[in-house]
Amino acid sequence: MAKLGPSGYSPYPVAMYEDILTPPPGKALLFNEIVDEEIAMREAAKAMLTRENPTIFPGPQVLYAWNEEAKEKARLVRKIAETLGAKIIPMYDYRPKYPKIDPEKEINPNHPNLTIWHNNIKACIFIGVHCHYANVALKIIRAETDCFTIAMCGNAGHEDAMITLRDQHTEELEKFIRVAEEVKKELGK
Amino acid sequence: MSYKIFKINEDLKDFMPPEIVDLEEKATWGNPKRGVMDLPYSKELIEEHSLCAGCPESAAFRYILASLPNPEDTIIVNSTGCTSLVFPHIALHTVHSLFGNQNAVASGIKRVLEWRFPDKVKDVIVLAGDGATVDIGLDCTLQSFFRQEKITTICFDNEVYANTGGQESGMTVKGHVFKMAPKGKQWDKVPMWQLAIDSGCHYVVRMTVSSPKKVEKVIKQAIYVAREVGPTYIHLYTPCILEIGLNADDGLEEMRRTDKERFKFFEYMTDAAKEVIERKKEEGLI
Ligand SMILES: Cc1ncc(C[n+]2csc(CCOP(=O)(O)OP(=O)(O)O)c2C)c(N)n1
Ligand code: SF4
Repeated sequence: MAKLGPSGYSPYPVAMYEDILTPPPGKALLFNEIVDEEIAMREAAKAMLTRENPTIFPGPQVLYAWNEEAKEKARLVRKIAETLGAKIIPMYDYRPKYPKIDPEKEINPNHPNLTIWHNNIKACIFIGVHCHYANVALKIIRAETDCFTIAMCGNAGHEDAMITLRDQHTEELEKFIRVAEEVKKELGK
Repeated sequence: MSYKIFKINEDLKDFMPPEIVDLEEKATWGNPKRGVMDLPYSKELIEEHSLCAGCPESAAFRYILASLPNPEDTIIVNSTGCTSLVFPHIALHTVHSLFGNQNAVASGIKRVLEWRFPDKVKDVIVLAGDGATVDIGLDCTLQSFFRQEKITTICFDNEVYANTGGQESGMTVKGHVFKMAPKGKQWDKVPMWQLAIDSGCHYVVRMTVSSPKKVEKVIKQAIYVAREVGPTYIHLYTPCILEIGLNADDGLEEMRRTDKERFKFFEYMTDAAKEVIERKKEEGLI
């Protein structure tokens, strides 16, 4: 059963080895269980609100104004960060960095664990990261760290995240903000 | 690709590092008149480089990137070698092909782009070392010329396999001894610029990178001709100061010296190329 990392080898495809696939349309994945989107959203908000140093990692698809939806998503990402009291550290490009990255200012898909370790991040959301890079980064994070990863994906989701929400567009992000506000109230935060 | 991809969403701009904000605000996009004279004022498309200190390839990189008339729609195909480590620092689409295959990969990319974006100008440029272009990749290089692919090929000739520690290449000068060529080169340097002419290139230049403005002019001419007519080839001497035992500040002097001998400026163009170049000059683009 897929658990929170560290799972040992990097980038060990934990989920694939444990027969975990991405959720079907309309559903979400919570560890190895297929659940309703709302349940996964609640758990995601709870993880972000209760674990140390929650951080959102926005990728190029929401960082750059390449279409109207991207602009709107950027506004919502910022709102999610405010609601969850989360930091934002961008993954603004995928180029490997030499000699090193500044882990306080960026996360790089080739060694995302450095940013997680340096900032002691225990819960994070990936959003707007192109799927192939999200896949690699999430595997490395699961292998190397005990960070609770949440993927808010515009496509089919990522089995290596602890929670994966698929087909997430502006409407879904707005729904997530509403859910997060409710969870926050329930937690008395 | 469009230069809009460097436009950062206002809501998330506060979290972006200054070098990325500069790419949006201070780099030269959408201006075919950009050139080496912009270098002191604009954000360069190369962030940093991983070449040896003083390596003339680093200067060549900067001049070439500053001279591209259409960087937002340019794809550079490179190959393994000293230069390949620099490509991750470049703010353009680049493709690292298997060593020697670069002209074949570029041909495919160019053809697909023409089919996929018939209304847009997309420049495809190959940039690789002499080992990749002339030795291991000679087949792919020449075949792309024979097929009249509309790509520009730039060879960084440092007369050695530098990245793997100093083996002789086809471009090494006869008699030269390298760390891993102790007997000295037995054969003559391959006259690659002549092979390019014989194989159908429409614009061919051989030169050093000692003069930035001259490099700019040649790069622009080669790209404009490749767009409209067919393959173009630029052969640049970028001495490997490490392997020939020069100091970090000796590269320019070495190029100036060879400017007068084996890398004396040489330019060839077909009539079709000449027509394009004349027209672009009239348009004020060269
Ligand atoms: C298919 C393949 N063969 C061989 C190599 C080993 N290799 C890596 S760099 C290099 C030499 C590159 O020489 P050159 O193209 O002249 O570039 P330079 O490093 O001198 O700039 C070689 C042979 C490789 N990477 N791939
Ligand atoms: S080994 Fe030679 S060609 Fe390679 S970076 Fe160093 S000086 Fe330049």
